[in-house]
Parts: sequence; C-alpha cells; structure tokens
Amino acid sequence: MEIRKLVKSFGTNTVLHGIDLTVNKGDVVAVLGPSGSGKTTLLRCINFLEKADSGTMIFDGQSYDLGQMRRNQIAEIRQKTAFVFQNYNLFANKTAIDNVTLGLTSARGMEKSKARDIGMEMLEKVGMADRAGYYPIQLSGGQQQRVAIARALAVNPEIIYFDEPTSALDPELIGEVLQVMRQLAREGMTMLVVTHEMNFAQHVSNRVIFMEKGEIVEEGEAGAFFEDPREERTRAFLRSIQER
Amino acid sequence: MFVIPIKTFQKKEKNTSKKMSERIWNILIEGFGKIMLASIQVTIPLTILGFGFAMIIAMFMALVQYAGVPVLRQFSRIYIWIFRGTPLLVQLFLAYYGFPRIGIVLNSFVCAVIVFSLNEGAYCAEIMRSALEAVPEGQMEAGYCVGMNYLQIMWHVVIPQALRTAFPPLSNSVIAMLKDTSLVAEITVADMFMAAQKIVGRTYEPLWLYCEVALIYLVFSTVLTFVQRYCEKKLSAYNSRETEAASVK
Repeated sequence: MEIRKLVKSFGTNTVLHGIDLTVNKGDVVAVLGPSGSGKTTLLRCINFLEKADSGTMIFDGQSYDLGQMRRNQIAEIRQKTAFVFQNYNLFANKTAIDNVTLGLTSARGMEKSKARDIGMEMLEKVGMADRAGYYPIQLSGGQQQRVAIARALAVNPEIIYFDEPTSALDPELIGEVLQVMRQLAREGMTMLVVTHEMNFAQHVSNRVIFMEKGEIVEEGEAGAFFEDPREERTRAFLRSIQER
Repeated sequence: MFVIPIKTFQKKEKNTSKKMSERIWNILIEGFGKIMLASIQVTIPLTILGFGFAMIIAMFMALVQYAGVPVLRQFSRIYIWIFRGTPLLVQLFLAYYGFPRIGIVLNSFVCAVIVFSLNEGAYCAEIMRSALEAVPEGQMEAGYCVGMNYLQIMWHVVIPQALRTAFPPLSNSVIAMLKDTSLVAEITVADMFMAAQKIVGRTYEPLWLYCEVALIYLVFSTVLTFVQRYCEKKLSAYNSRETEAASVK
C-alpha cells in the first residue's frame, strides 16, 4: 500500500500537509507523534472514515484518487483491510463470536457454520474462545480489544490499521493486547499502528514514522530511529517521552 | 349511609338501601359485560391497529431523517410538525365531520384507525429518531470497516440497538394511546367509554359506571406495564453485566 501527497483539512484548518507513506507486505509500521499531529486522521483518511481532500493511493497495484473515491472503490479496498479502534467499537448488540462473524456472514455472504468455525479459530488466537457467548459490556477493555482484533483478522485482510489500540486501556490490560499484536507481527501480518507504546514501536515494528503538525518529520528503521534520530524534533519528542 | 334516628323509619330505610345497592350492583354487572364487549370489538383492535401502523410510519419517518434522504426528510419534518402540533380530538373531528364536506366519507372506526396511526406515528417517529441518533457513531464506522454496507449495518447493528433504546418510551406511548382511544366515542365509535356513557344515560349512575370504566382502563394499562417489564428484561441481555445472561454456546 502506498500513499502519495495526502492532504486533509477540516474547514480552513489543514491537518495533513501532503503525507507520503509506503507500507510493504509484512511490514509493521508504527506511527508516533504528539497528540494533534494528525496520526489518527491519517489512518481514518486511508480507510475512508474521513474524506481526504486530495492524494493518491496505490493499493494492491491499483491506483486510486483519494479526492474523489467512488463508493464501489471504497468498498473494494475495505474488503481487503481491517481497522482496530481506540475504543474497540464492538457491536454492542452482538456477542463476541457474532462480532467476529458478522463481517463474514452479512458482508461476504459466507455460510453461518463456516463463519462460525473461522470466528472460533480467531477467538482462539486472541485467547477469547471461552468468552464467545459474552456481550461486549460483560468483557473488560482488554478482552474487548482482543475480540476487536479477532474481528479484524476474521476477514482475512491484507493490512490491519490500528488506531491507538491500547490508549483507552488500564495499564494492567495493555500487556494482553500488545502480546496479541506481537504474535500477529511474528506471523507476518501487515500492520500500520498509530501508538504511544514506545516499547512496541521499538521492539515489534520494523519501521517507525514520526509525525508532527500534519507532516512526517522522520521515517526510518525502528532500531536506528530510536538510537540515532536525525531530526531535532524527533529527539525532543523522544526525550519528553523518556522523562515521563 | 345516612342514619335516621326515628325508629319506625329504620326498617323501611334498610330495605330501600338494600334495594339501592342491589340495583347499582346489577348496573355494574351489566356495565362490565357491555364495556368488555366494547373493548374486544373496538378499544383493543383500535389500539393494536393504530399502534401497528403508527410504528410502520414512525420507522419510515425516523429512517429517512436519520439517513438524510432529500425531500422525504423535509416531508417527514412537516408531517411531524402538523400531527404533533394539533390536538388529537380536533384531528378526529376534522377527519370525521369535516372531510365529508370535501367528499371524503369514512366509516367511523376506519377514520379512528387512520387518525390514531398518523397522530401516534408522529410522536413515535421522534422517539425512533432520537434512539437512532443515540447509537454511537463508532458502531457505524466499525460496520464499514468489516466491509458491510449502509443497509447491512442499519439492519444488523444500528436498528436493533435503537429499538432497545426506544422500547421504554414506545411502551409509554402505547399505554397513552390505549387511554386516548376513549376520545373516539366523540365520533360515534362504540368503544368502552361510549358503552359506559350509554348506560349512564339510561340509569343516571355516572359515579359508579365511570369508576368502573376507569378501573377497566387501569387493568388494561397495568397488563401492558407488566408486558413492558417482561420484554425489557428479555431485551436487556446485552445491556446487563450479569454474565449468567450469556450462556456460552
């Protein structure tokens, strides 16, 4: 997946000033940056939850004009992607297993029993199989987020976008979610992760992007990024994180 | 009971008062039969039909507003504005006594069903609209992100949640409507209240008969309240933290 010159503004306020971004198959890319830097907006534009003003997307060899996406083009790309939200957004009226299978049965017309098998397999993967019949409200934040990851996996996406997946969690629940994500990374899943977890960015992702004020300030291999950042702004950011 | 202290009158008085209570008792028994018959013939079917159509209208009006369908959205606002802004009794009179002047003559029961559907539909449309809008935006976004389209998300996710939210106020509406059906007596529909009125006209016992009919309305609304409570419990599965509600597999 490739993004060229993505511009997005809300009214007169431009929040993304021409973002260029490439994610190759098997990449785990972490997007860092202070709040308000446009990280989440970038992710939402890439998955068309927000409409970008202009830009180009190349997905699976196909080129799309982000400024004027047609509905069927959006649907086409969304069939190959998945999204994990900061606040989980599990379907409140569905049990864990139904949350995972709904995208298969309703959007892809898969048979119920087959979808259920896939659903259980995915719940197994995130360690939530024993909670299959529970409604979201009966689960902890970490459990909900793991179900949300299972839901994302079930549609067999080529890339999963994570929007600060651990930011709404209590500290003791962050670990279980990160562990699932680490496992996905090992299995070669392509992931684009907006995060505040420096540990994850440093040790799990293979590339790191640092954003500020709607621009990509620095981009590099995870190791080099943390050990020897080139830009002063990146250094300032990393210092402020470490001081915390 | 008035007591007359003169001994000689006492026996006679006892007799008359016994006769009096017997007469009232008989009137009440006769009244009960006729009121219940009217409830089966008119009040209950009118409530069910009126509310059924009202729900269909409400769902449609709420959805076109929620989805922002051009033209239909404005139409829905105007409809609600008119039917919520004018008295039910006036609407009944206009439809039954007024419309024949422009050549629209309706059977009084049909007229009552139409007016109640439209009036109740306007209120329920607002309940449904607010319930739809109360479903968090993230539910829709999550649906898109697993590849569902707008209609699929509405059907599987948004509408079921909105119905759950709307259930208590809708129950409130149906109870209010059951009682409001007493207005149809004014356009010659022989409902429970008219049955009572007829007997009052003959026997001059308004106190007892109107108490009786009030009590029967009370019983009906109480039954509805119990039904509401039962259904709410059933519907609240995903709203309660009790894990026993979630029997795995």
